[in-house]
Amino acid sequence: MTATKRVRVHDRQGWRQWLGGFFSSSIGLKWLMALTGIGLLLYVLAHLIGNLKIFAGVDPETGAYPIDLYSEALTTLGGHIVPEGSILLLFRIGLTSMFILHIWSAAVLTRRNRAARGRGRYDATREYITATYASRTMRFSGIIVLLFLIFHLADLTLGNANPDYVYGAVHDNIIASLSRPVVAVFYMAANVALALHIYHGAWSLFQSLGTVNVKYNVLRRYFAGAFAAVILIGNLSIPLAVLAGWVS
Amino acid sequence: MDFSLKVWRQDSPDAPGGFKTYQAKNISPEASFLEMLDDVNEHLNTIGEEPIAFDDDCREGICGMCGVMVNGHPHGPQDGTATCQLHMRKFSDGDSITIEPWRAAGMPVVRDLIVDRSPLDRIIEAGGYISVNTGAAPDANVIAIPKEAAEASMDAASCIGCAACIAACPNSAANLFTAAKIGHLSLLPQGQPERWTRVIAMVETMEEYFGSCTNHGECESACPKNISIDFIAMMNRDYVKAQFKNFAKIGQ
Repeated sequence: MTATKRVRVHDRQGWRQWLGGFFSSSIGLKWLMALTGIGLLLYVLAHLIGNLKIFAGVDPETGAYPIDLYSEALTTLGGHIVPEGSILLLFRIGLTSMFILHIWSAAVLTRRNRAARGRGRYDATREYITATYASRTMRFSGIIVLLFLIFHLADLTLGNANPDYVYGAVHDNIIASLSRPVVAVFYMAANVALALHIYHGAWSLFQSLGTVNVKYNVLRRYFAGAFAAVILIGNLSIPLAVLAGWVS
Repeated sequence: MDFSLKVWRQDSPDAPGGFKTYQAKNISPEASFLEMLDDVNEHLNTIGEEPIAFDDDCREGICGMCGVMVNGHPHGPQDGTATCQLHMRKFSDGDSITIEPWRAAGMPVVRDLIVDRSPLDRIIEAGGYISVNTGAAPDANVIAIPKEAAEASMDAASCIGCAACIAACPNSAANLFTAAKIGHLSLLPQGQPERWTRVIAMVETMEEYFGSCTNHGECESACPKNISIDFIAMMNRDYVKAQFKNFAKIGQ
């Protein structure tokens, strides 16, 4: 019998004896993924609630679009107390860090899992019993969402991907962008991927964080399903409404 | 009953393995899966071919020695059953059956269907013990234990260490095995003194060999003892709590 090769060894000397040791373990990385996941879930929900203002149309008295005012309010968060845009900047830094940590932990874990799997592939077709389509495609749904995010920022935040982009004219920018059928289809496909990602993630995070309670465990699945459904229906309603001409 | 078997044959850990097809003829529907393999091996003996090597011991589902991948299912298609307790009546006459060893980098094939499960022993060694006083045996039930805790601990303790959870996991993670071994001790008063050092030591030994949990839940379905992944959540919680527990070092 040959000695089994150890895949990796934890070094708990130096800085790793602090929380670095925790975050180099896979359980620690899953904690990081779950915590950043919660942050990103809250962001996605807040983003959806803000975006639904597009259905508020135009204010007949002032001629202003409520969604434009919402975007303006984001830049002036904190009122006269802090410099304009500073709270939004903090939000953006936090959000970007969460994305980076979420993706970094996923990348590290994927690499470790591939190493642990080795070259061993089963010949017989695996019939997964409990693993869902969503759980097995997290990597792919995550990458689709990331690619969409890059386009989405270029399209509606920076304006590079939208020839009709006007800074601050959120309502007009959305209509101009989603009136292009290719963009609308990409938008909807990415949101299906996002919903799948959330369907597994919003359940899985409880397991990773160890919030296990026999009485409430059953609610985790409903919570994840409901969260994914709200995000999916809410986000799909916007491109569908634009394509159907309900908002213009 | 007749079956066509597609079996993984591998002479040594470093030898390249491959599938070979064998015919199992006149197998009783009452035969267990391992008895069917015994039958095939008897035949291989008579024709002078090397028998198929597989692990087994008690053949009553409590030792954890047996275990092969049957048609892509760890321990075969029957829920909550070890390979030795799977009977051929669960298959149909004429079925072709693919039999493979557990696959994980940390658990290499020794020969044919036998894998090296010694990393599981390393995990146990790291913390799967408790401290007790020597001397006269204490009276039974001196330590009060809530019934629920005793039951939950027993559920975890039903782990037979067969490694089906690792075989079922797309990441080759041993989290269910390790969580069961940790949970079984940590739920009881006797397991408290080492609770926090245990979880760190066992988790980090586990990670030297195996992958990480992505919460698919396949391990729970594969487990011949139906151990719940709730124990994995419990281990995750204890592992983070343990990071903040170092009372023994106060004042040092």
